[in-house]
Amino acid sequence: MTRDISITINGEEREFAVAEFRSLLDTLRNEVGLTGTKKGCDVGDCGACTVILNGKPVNACLVLAIEADGAAVETIEGLQAAPDEPSPLQESFMIHGGAQCGFCTPGVIMMAKALLDENPNPSEQDIRFALAGNICRCTGYTKIFDAVRAAADEMRKVRAP
Amino acid sequence: MRRFHYHAPNSLAEASRLLRELGETASLFAGGTDLLVEIREELRVCGHVIDIKKIPGLRALSFDEESGLRIGAQTTAREIETSPVVRTKYPNLASAVAALGSVQVRNRATLIGNICRASPSADTLPPLIADGAVLTIWNEDGERSLPIERFFVGPGRTVLARGEIVTGVTIPPPRPASARIYIKHGRRKAMELATVGVAVSVDRDGDVCRDVRIALGAVAPTPIRAIRAEAALRGKNLTPSLIAEAAEKAISESTPISNVRASAGYRREMVGVLTRRAIEAVTGAP
Repeated sequence: MTRDISITINGEEREFAVAEFRSLLDTLRNEVGLTGTKKGCDVGDCGACTVILNGKPVNACLVLAIEADGAAVETIEGLQAAPDEPSPLQESFMIHGGAQCGFCTPGVIMMAKALLDENPNPSEQDIRFALAGNICRCTGYTKIFDAVRAAADEMRKVRAP
Repeated sequence: MRRFHYHAPNSLAEASRLLRELGETASLFAGGTDLLVEIREELRVCGHVIDIKKIPGLRALSFDEESGLRIGAQTTAREIETSPVVRTKYPNLASAVAALGSVQVRNRATLIGNICRASPSADTLPPLIADGAVLTIWNEDGERSLPIERFFVGPGRTVLARGEIVTGVTIPPPRPASARIYIKHGRRKAMELATVGVAVSVDRDGDVCRDVRIALGAVAPTPIRAIRAEAALRGKNLTPSLIAEAAEKAISESTPISNVRASAGYRREMVGVLTRRAIEAVTGAP
């Protein structure tokens, strides 16, 4: 059986019909066409599908689309101001080589965004603790942590004129 | 993903009725961080999920000096982990919830869900048992209270009757000269299931142990209390030799299995080591 639901995705209200057992992840990728959110393990272990649901980072594979009816979801596609205007966090990942194959990157960046929204000046330990649920098989994490730390510094400069 | 039907009742009565009418393949659904995984990996046959997140009155996280800490069935692990009062008054529970999965998982997972899943290795259970937590269980005839240590029957099995719903847990207020700790032992620091978990909560009167409760996780079919180890300490001055004796008793009370995470022998050894460390930590022993 399908149900009609409405989700505000990256600020835009979208309506569609979903099967009641369908995950938010499959809905974003297959119904909405937003394939930036990646499907890694599909059981909440890898963090590649991290999105921000009503202000909180979650694994989209472990949320049912039907539960998100009426909710606000932010995905990696919502971060940039325009196609050639990456957000400071995305810019920082490019500068610091925080991505290699890129599969984990959207999830890592969404988790880092959630961290910096809550804590604009995180310690090294805060960053490592926040990213514990995002698996990266390429970078060894060091450049990811560098990118998040540098983005935090940059974003604080912008906030405090 | 396997197919199932989704229900979102607005009341406990409706949720309970659905549980009874839909039978064995209906499961309550709060955070879903275990349930959806079990469905997807075909570890659980589930025809119906009953989402309890639309039921009013289940989102509680409050403390008072008389009745203690009250946590509702919709309250997430992350809300508990970041609560200042939990961090101050119940550091054992705060560290246990912080060790559960990732931030993303903890934003969805609930404490009551972790309890009802009844995994022998669940991190939150030893500190709740050591602190004498009491569950509130709703059924169509009313409510009943049950000490959490009497809730578990076996791996994944509890005393809940069909149609009963755990609506919350209450942890008594900490006594003035009390201390508590939970130590999780695993192969890695994050995203790990406990190999052994030990919780110790102690009430002291000077150097004397007035009362103590020791709970062990992942070393028996359910989390257990180390009753003989507790008895060895109660009313005594906590000397290193007495602590060593209690740790030996805790080993003898554990009945671990060997699995992919550790052998039974290793787990037994670690019960002794961690029990000693936990007692030393809460009593300030060197």
